[in-house]
Amino acid sequence: MDWVSWWNAYSDIILGIGINGLLALSIYLTLSCGLLTLANAAFMGIGAYAGALVSMQTSWPFSVALFVATSLPATAAILIGIPLLRLTGVYLAMATLGFGEVVRIILLNMDITGGALGLNGIPPLTQWWHVLGTLILTVLLVVALKKSKMGRAFEAIREDETAARLMGIHTDRIKLFAFVLGAAIAGLAGGLSAHYTFTLSPGNFGFEAAVDILTMAVLGGIGGVPGPLMGAAILTILPELLRGLQDYRMAANGLILVMVVLFLPGGLWQPGRFRKRMSC
Amino acid sequence: MWEQQLVNAISLGSVYALFALGFTLVFGVLGVINLSHGGIFMWGAYTSLALVTWFSMPLWIAFPAGMLCAGCLGLLIDILILKPLRNRQANHLMPMIATIGATILMTSLAQGVFGADNQRYPANLFPDLEFQWGETRLTLLQISITVLSLLLTAVMVWMLKRTRMGLALRAIAESRQTSALLGIPVERLFHMTSFMAAALGGAAGILIGLSFNAISPFMGQSMLHKGIAAVILGGLGDVRGAVLGGFFLGASEVFAVTFLSSDYRDAFSFGLLFLMLLWRPQGLFGTGKLREG
Repeated sequence: MDWVSWWNAYSDIILGIGINGLLALSIYLTLSCGLLTLANAAFMGIGAYAGALVSMQTSWPFSVALFVATSLPATAAILIGIPLLRLTGVYLAMATLGFGEVVRIILLNMDITGGALGLNGIPPLTQWWHVLGTLILTVLLVVALKKSKMGRAFEAIREDETAARLMGIHTDRIKLFAFVLGAAIAGLAGGLSAHYTFTLSPGNFGFEAAVDILTMAVLGGIGGVPGPLMGAAILTILPELLRGLQDYRMAANGLILVMVVLFLPGGLWQPGRFRKRMSC
Repeated sequence: MWEQQLVNAISLGSVYALFALGFTLVFGVLGVINLSHGGIFMWGAYTSLALVTWFSMPLWIAFPAGMLCAGCLGLLIDILILKPLRNRQANHLMPMIATIGATILMTSLAQGVFGADNQRYPANLFPDLEFQWGETRLTLLQISITVLSLLLTAVMVWMLKRTRMGLALRAIAESRQTSALLGIPVERLFHMTSFMAAALGGAAGILIGLSFNAISPFMGQSMLHKGIAAVILGGLGDVRGAVLGGFFLGASEVFAVTFLSSDYRDAFSFGLLFLMLLWRPQGLFGTGKLREG
């Protein structure tokens, strides 16, 4: 099998891993602050629609489309993040879930977004190196962030928010930063995938999509950056391997989610595990 | 016109209240957000449908049987998923994530067994009677749905307020450790709560299936979202709040469709949820202290 036909057969999956990797990293940011937000699919949707509309309705270059796809969800995240991030735990999860539904319904009912039919004929501008480049830059950014003072603040907030605030950490600002950066990354992933998949419909960005993104991060684990990437790769490849199961295919995702929570609460990637075993 | 909408609102609201009651009960007693409540609701509807179509059972047997099956499903989820997490004293987000997984599993199984399309109850399952009051029409089905929902809700509330078991459940909601020390069989009551909540959810599923005459694997998801909205409106864990939240949501949906537009019906309930969380996260009836979720 030569390179070209191999690439033709598998490029969808490989680009899918890249885009899902970005999405998993976007939720990783908020999860590492101990916040469960389910709005990432909605931000991806906003980014995808905004980017696609820029490319379809104007003659501006692709970079502008991607810029809009990144900045619009980030702006939305600032606007809803300021009031919503006062909530904690399950209240935050449910509020962001509600926001996701509102976004989906708005996309479903607006004229410019094509309603239930969605958008068709988006110019296929995304090349493989766009996705790879974005993924590498995002990984570098997140790794740098994790090592910085900000990253330590994330951890402090996750462990004990009250204690973190007493130590002089601006918890509100830092949580908002994680939320907005996550939204921007999710939006960028949406913009990239819209210019690759050619079509968009509101159903792609509903609750199921939000849960898929969460599953990737939980499966991989939030102990480090490789975790979400591993989760994204596994959950992109798995449905292809399970094609034979047809309608039962999604059952595997559900089962994985349950099993990981029950038996592998830290996810697959736990660097500490090896170290501990070696010292024992 | 106006009275007709009011009748529809009460009928819809009573089912929402029934669904929200089970959801809030689990949160109040177990302190867990059980996101598989929508999946249980859907399976309640499907089991009664299967009993009616495959075994030609009459509805008055299929209804309690469907509730029973839904209850057992809830019990199963409690034993297999929630109990290990309780024993581990897992982070409160873990049960949410695990029950999302259980929902995906249940939806996928329903899709595999019954297909992804809408299913209907056989025609003539329910006598097609209609009453008219001036302009207002009332079907026997609507009346039965409303009466059944209200009855189940009333039994549940009576149980919580007036029986020893209800007393024990309220004690557990107050403090799990103290209740255990006082000899209340906490673990058994957790199972019992999961069973009852799921049975109520299953009953709501059957009633919604009857009233719209459409059952699909995906009906649980939108219902779950509505249940969450109702429960948040009333205050998480508050029984009275869940019932009133259900009615409020039913009314607001019916009137939003009448006076605004049907396209934005669901956005309306989430808009309400949103505003409620911003204004009073503890809900209309919640106590001043916000539980650290």
